[in-house]
Amino acid sequence: MDIHELQKIVHKTRDSRRTQTLPKYSPAERDTLIKKYHPDHRESAYRPIKFGANAGELTVRELAALLEGESPVPDDLDLTPAHTVDVLVIGGGGAGCAAALHAYAQGAKVLLATKLRLGDSNTVMAQGGIQVAITNEDSPIQHFLDTLKGGHMKNDHELLKVMVEEGPSVAKWLLDLGVLFDRDSDGNLHVKKGGGSSKPRLLTCSDYTGLEIMRVLKDEVLNQKIQLLEFSAAVELLSDRGGACTGAVLRDLDNKRLVVVAAKTVILATGGIGRLHIQGFPTSNHYGATGDGLAMAYRMGAKLLQVDTFQYHPTGAAYPEQLIGALVTEGIRSEGGHLVNARGERFVNELDTRDVVSSSIIRECEEGRGIRTMTGRTGVWLDTPLLDVEQGPGTVEKHFPAMVRQYKRYGIDITKDPVLTYPTLHYQNGGVQIDVNGKSGVRNLFVAGETSGGLHGRNRLMGNSLLDLMVFGRRSGTTAAAQAKSIPQGELTLEHVKRFRADARAHGVSGGITSPMLFPAYAKKE
Amino acid sequence: MAIESVDKQNVIDQEEVLRPRMVSVEIAGKTYQVPEGITVIKALWYTGQEVIRGAGCLGGFCGACATYYRTKDDPKVRTCLACSTAVEDGMSFTMVPPFPARKATYQMADLKDPKQDLFTLYPEAPLCRNCNACTEACPQSIDVREGVWRAVFGDFKAVSEMFMDCVMCGLCVPVCIADIAPNLVALYASRAQGVFFTEKPERLHHRIEEIEHGRYDTEWKRILKMNEQELTKVCAELK
Ligand SMILES: Cc1cc2nc3c(=O)[nH]c(=O)nc-3n(C[C@H](O)[C@H](O)[C@H](O)COP(=O)(O)OP(=O)(O)OC[C@H]3O[C@@H](n4cnc5c(N)ncnc54)[C@H](O)[C@@H]3O)c2cc1C
Ligand code: SF4
Ligand code: SF4
Ligand code: FES
Repeated sequence: MDIHELQKIVHKTRDSRRTQTLPKYSPAERDTLIKKYHPDHRESAYRPIKFGANAGELTVRELAALLEGESPVPDDLDLTPAHTVDVLVIGGGGAGCAAALHAYAQGAKVLLATKLRLGDSNTVMAQGGIQVAITNEDSPIQHFLDTLKGGHMKNDHELLKVMVEEGPSVAKWLLDLGVLFDRDSDGNLHVKKGGGSSKPRLLTCSDYTGLEIMRVLKDEVLNQKIQLLEFSAAVELLSDRGGACTGAVLRDLDNKRLVVVAAKTVILATGGIGRLHIQGFPTSNHYGATGDGLAMAYRMGAKLLQVDTFQYHPTGAAYPEQLIGALVTEGIRSEGGHLVNARGERFVNELDTRDVVSSSIIRECEEGRGIRTMTGRTGVWLDTPLLDVEQGPGTVEKHFPAMVRQYKRYGIDITKDPVLTYPTLHYQNGGVQIDVNGKSGVRNLFVAGETSGGLHGRNRLMGNSLLDLMVFGRRSGTTAAAQAKSIPQGELTLEHVKRFRADARAHGVSGGITSPMLFPAYAKKE
Repeated sequence: MAIESVDKQNVIDQEEVLRPRMVSVEIAGKTYQVPEGITVIKALWYTGQEVIRGAGCLGGFCGACATYYRTKDDPKVRTCLACSTAVEDGMSFTMVPPFPARKATYQMADLKDPKQDLFTLYPEAPLCRNCNACTEACPQSIDVREGVWRAVFGDFKAVSEMFMDCVMCGLCVPVCIADIAPNLVALYASRAQGVFFTEKPERLHHRIEEIEHGRYDTEWKRILKMNEQELTKVCAELK
């Protein structure tokens, strides 16, 4: 059927839906729903990790294979360093840039190596905003409790307390660098309500929050003349004989050469895993989101937390085909956008946590109340025009210019017609275990941002990731720089790789895939 | 996914499935057949090319995929973001290599008179010759030329608003006959706007002080002492 025919029901039912309030599910209902429909509970997608610090624990097959994968670095690589620095930051997204700037501010000699260009990352795409508890009705404690509830009570309390308490001061840091958060008429920062939050506390820069933060941080890294290697992907860490981290091996992606970097401390900030396309899901993530940091840290012996849980953002684009997986920002639901099935009914409180909303969309589709595309996808409608009806014409255009632009390129006007959405692989809830200063279990190895784990529990709340990056980017950068001052440069060896290879053999793992993956293999072979 | 169970009626017609069609495109001078409607970057992958320089966010936000293209029989060379543009029959395109633009470096906090300092940092900015090439090159439809003028006239606020959509693809730079990098001028002006010319947000500063002075300490103690059951109960009561 013509898409406009199918959309009619959304227009027709709009008025009657406006007066309706859907209650949130009770804890028991949430549990049942998630267990039945959330991809995290699809047992066949999981297997135990065969060896290493998380041996025996379950994760998705795609990730397990990478964690057990083969290092691309030969045992006998010449380890004469091309660069010797205090702090090596790996990854040039939000966490990496924040860490580099703070380490540099402590007087450390910093090298930032990143796989693509500086700032080409997940951070640049964040549209929804950053959570900071600043209003009188709100407090860091409320923020703590909301996050805990969203994370199914599995968040690390210590990390979480640090994050919510330092939110206001990192917001100030960003303002002092020139980040232009939206304001109220009285000059205060404007706050919006995000899914799973009891109070409005999202700071935004239109729907370009990540882009604005990234532009400014990038500019600042360049202004401080921090040494930068772009198109240089870390492929292995280096260790001394005691197992402490002493540097990394990078691959220069232009000439394919391996480049050895000696560093007193290393900060891993390589971001997420979307491009592993776990369980065949499309993703909202950038091209380099292949879980490289997890694989490298795991080979060093670092412990991972909660790598059995991933976030599927409820509203990924399911049509048109060019936009598959791309995010339709949660901001639309925050401002009152309804999710509507093929019968024109709402079926979930749109502002419930992401795992609940995603599970309910999957339920609608599996039970035959979804809309199908000819390319074999299903989805439900997100009623975007409703925002203009509720708040006046021009609202969508004004509040979501990036979204409007994205669809307009394919001839779709989201201010007039609803969009088809289905969950998209979005975020890695878990990651490398860290303490409040970003220290992993491996000496001198720090981890910041999406690569780290523990903070978000089993489901991250909207807007908490950008905050995570800034808070733990700062803490890891500052601490890594301080630590670098008090220690000598350690010996560069590949002992841990040898150990890992022996371990793999002992567990009958051989001929595995090479990891880290660096990029998904999209180029058609023939 | 039990797609079968979805009501048979509710299927969106898709051109590419109803009438799948291969189209002819020219990539850097070579002709290839690719499925109609896929994005420019997917066309590159489809023809077996590895893309590293030229792919970034894949979502239209990072500007890594700046591309020149021309459609059939049209002499006009246009620009686009390869991750966010569909191919059509007869299109020819090439990705844009990085351009060696000069970025001024500055210590934001140390600037004394940022509107005046613009002329020291980017002395070429006031030499704009109004050719409008930058505006025409911008895939985000920003009025770049106007932005350069606003910056020169000190209207940093307008610049910051106009360039909020700027993905820093750099397409406005190589076309400039006055050697201005409009995106970098705008970035400077926007940051200066934020640092020097916006109000201090009282409420935020107040909250920072409260936290520093331990306003929440007692409450923290109470919360952090709770066992999981008690915490769950508190959380369940949140609205
Ligand atoms: C579309 C989208 C929208 C989002 N919206 C929001 C939001 O509104 N609010 C919010 O709080 N969160 C949001 N998130 C989540 C948040 O943006 C990310 O979790 C966060 O930006 C991750 O930051 P990071 O610095 O850890 O990783 P990234 O920003 O992804 O940066 C990682 C960097 O490391 C590089 N890298 C990867 N591997 C290597 C390697 N081997 N060697 C060297 N470099 C490497 C990458 O190229 C990249 O530059 C969103 C995410 C997406 C994808
Ligand atoms: S202003 Fe220049 S850099 Fe920014 S989006 Fe437009 S062309 Fe690209
Ligand atoms: S291209 Fe250069 S000279 Fe032409 S209008 Fe733009 S800034 Fe001015
Ligand atoms: S790859 Fe980022 S804008 Fe196209």
